[in-house]
Amino acid sequence: MADFLRIEHIRKTFPGVVALDDVSFSVASGEIHTLLGENGAGKSTLMNVLTGLYHPDRGEIRIDGEKISLTSPRDSLAYGIGMVHQHFMLVPAHSVFENILLALDNVPNLFNRKKYQTKVQNLIDEFGLELDLDMPVWKLSIGAQQWIELIKLLMRDCRLLILDEPTAVLTPQEADRLFAVLERLKNQGKSIIFISHKMREVMQISDRVTILKKGHSITSLKRDEFDENKLASLMIGDDKIPQWQKNLQMSDEIVLEIQQLSVRNDRGLADLDSFDLELKKGEILGIAGVAGNGQKALAEVLTGLKTASQGRIMAKGQDITSSDAKKSYIAGIAHIPEDRKSIGIAPDMSVDDNLIMKSFKNGAFSRWIFQDKKAIRRNANEKIEQFAIKSGPDGTPIRYLSGGNIQKVIIARELSEKPAVLVALYPTRGLDIGSAEYVHKVIADGADQGMGTILIAEDLDELLKLSDRIAVMFRGQLVGYVDPRNTTREEIGLMMSGEKQGGAV
Amino acid sequence: MKLVTERREISSPLLRFLTPIGSIAVALFVAGFLLLASGVDPLAAYKDIIVESLGSMYGLSETLVKTTPLIFAGLGVSLAFRMQIWNIGAEGQIYIGAMAASGVALFSGIDNHWLMLLLMFTAAFIAGGSWAGVAGFLRARWQVNEVIVTLLMNYIAILFVDYLVYGPWKDPKGFNFPLTAQFTDSARLAEYFDTRLHSGFFLALFVALVLYLFMERTVWGYQIKVIGSNPKAAQYAGMKTGTTIFMVLFLSGAIAGVAGFSEVAGLQHRLQHGISPGYGYTAIIIAWLAKRSAIGVVIVSFLMGVLLVGGDSLQIYWQLPIALVYAFQGLILFFLLASDFFVQYRIKLVKGGKYA
Repeated sequence: MADFLRIEHIRKTFPGVVALDDVSFSVASGEIHTLLGENGAGKSTLMNVLTGLYHPDRGEIRIDGEKISLTSPRDSLAYGIGMVHQHFMLVPAHSVFENILLALDNVPNLFNRKKYQTKVQNLIDEFGLELDLDMPVWKLSIGAQQWIELIKLLMRDCRLLILDEPTAVLTPQEADRLFAVLERLKNQGKSIIFISHKMREVMQISDRVTILKKGHSITSLKRDEFDENKLASLMIGDDKIPQWQKNLQMSDEIVLEIQQLSVRNDRGLADLDSFDLELKKGEILGIAGVAGNGQKALAEVLTGLKTASQGRIMAKGQDITSSDAKKSYIAGIAHIPEDRKSIGIAPDMSVDDNLIMKSFKNGAFSRWIFQDKKAIRRNANEKIEQFAIKSGPDGTPIRYLSGGNIQKVIIARELSEKPAVLVALYPTRGLDIGSAEYVHKVIADGADQGMGTILIAEDLDELLKLSDRIAVMFRGQLVGYVDPRNTTREEIGLMMSGEKQGGAV
Repeated sequence: MKLVTERREISSPLLRFLTPIGSIAVALFVAGFLLLASGVDPLAAYKDIIVESLGSMYGLSETLVKTTPLIFAGLGVSLAFRMQIWNIGAEGQIYIGAMAASGVALFSGIDNHWLMLLLMFTAAFIAGGSWAGVAGFLRARWQVNEVIVTLLMNYIAILFVDYLVYGPWKDPKGFNFPLTAQFTDSARLAEYFDTRLHSGFFLALFVALVLYLFMERTVWGYQIKVIGSNPKAAQYAGMKTGTTIFMVLFLSGAIAGVAGFSEVAGLQHRLQHGISPGYGYTAIIIAWLAKRSAIGVVIVSFLMGVLLVGGDSLQIYWQLPIALVYAFQGLILFFLLASDFFVQYRIKLVKGGKYA
């Protein structure tokens, strides 16, 4: 098979950082090629080079053997290179059709609506997708929004599709449908670059895998040359992926109980609808569910960002829903937020300053009205060492850190006051294997010391590996609990889609 | 071939230091053509600017006199900038501060020098603070845009002071000019070296120091910085963002109000029409150029003082029209602001590309 795209010896530097160094790889027509690498390995930089956002300092990009130069995303599209970003580029208030039209060049000012509509509809039918062209985008599920992004590229006759962690927001069933579509595209001769952290998916769909590490392309392996362990070890340079010992001697003491809790959102709809939950001391309670089924509202009500319209929250047998005790109890709940950069950190401030964001008023860090800079520095040094944070020179604004290191800063801060309860939303989203393992270890260590954790995650493997129990949510309600030691991905998947009730564990 | 811009991840301190100096040089170069077109030798004119504003005790003192209100107002505006709050109303706050201080000076009848000054200072502080506090309250309570409120309240403040000096507060012995009676000696700041330089300048330096310590060393300063960097994160960490927004705008207006106190007590010794020729608006540019740092405000204010006094000398010695002086000042500011782009981005020449 002829290579559609070939890149050779690409080098790209930023001041003080070599982001890519001598990276080469190629994609053939009709091939799904996976890019695997930890955060900071250079995947994003490489994709930005391919989509014309960055210009390599050295190296060549060839399409069909011909050397090309990309100076803007328009160039890339003109060469047939299209990308589905992690964050969709859609106009929420516009319809599906309008969004697709927006992505096309050369649409005349007076256009034949019917002609374009038929063209889009044909594509939708061809791949067996369910999309209503007149539906406004904000009403659609994340999965459906991803279809739109894909159709946009297909309408432009893109020959190379780049998908950046496309399954991060999908249910297992939606992901399987995506893979089926990718298979068909591949059979039509399209080239696909697939980026993912999830080994199971990589194993399932890749024809070839290229591993990036610290800006170098380590190796490219064909389908029968790799297995999960080999890929993981190449990626993190360690043969063992540790398995955590589950905390079997979990206590029966209930630290947090939620009864019939309802929370309404801005549109007046119920995000949580008579939701029940019990968290035991020292337990890691996994919450499984498709994104948008109330997980966020649950986390927000437990951290005081939202108030309940109905129901009770009990801590150690006491009703704290509407008492003064609630504030202080909730203040004691540690919280790893979903969107690190938007609510977890003050991006322009240093790691030192970010580490004390919740305890800056403590006597430990202040004397009278003044901050104790020495104590703050000392605290930062301790945390940086303890959590192995790569923080750069002293005083570097935290926004220059990689995602994994920012997450470590947040976790270090949240766990520093030995909380009784931790609410963790997607704590490893976007993290590489090494960092994710570390986050798991920290949560498991906390559980050993009696901290109850509500772990909201999208990766079932992660939930199965880490949780003592898993509670499944659907449309703001508790479907049931499952025991991770004797359940299957399929059972949880069915419960997540509301088709099966669970038992009590 | 085409030019593309690329964001620098981190800009070097040397670059940040050299770029503004380079941009002033470019501005002087471009302004030189304007001067040439008016039949003036640019080099001689530039020499005059420097000599007149810095070359003599009188020139230097005049420069510092102009610098004083700019420091106060610049500090006030930059404090709010730290929290991503845009106080466009320093001009009005200067007027209200001056009015409050004058009210005390004219009607309290106190003889004690220190008590009188303390009361005038306090009145200006509270009046300027409350004036900006209105915008702070509206912003904190109902999310009303503070830019609009502070800007529009300027007109109220300026016109209200005009009403006073044309009406009830007008000096009966003032030949119908729009000004109040002169303050008594107890309401005047000390002057030095037989010049117009008054103790307000040193007060301004002191306030800059206090504000620097406030922002960099105190728990409140820390909160303001966190809220400025990311209000959502601050809320989630349990900070009261609403209260802080009000407090910061109050303080911002209060410091601008003190500029009004310093002008009437130190320089003009009476309230009159047009007591600030736009110091409050210049303060916005100062705060921006100073990158919100208190020390930066002092340096940039001084530079502005040089431009103001030097600009006067261009008018006096070279008979240049005031418009040309404004154009000259505008050019320097324009290039300084534009230079920021080169600190944050680099420009690269790349080859090829279908849409080149």
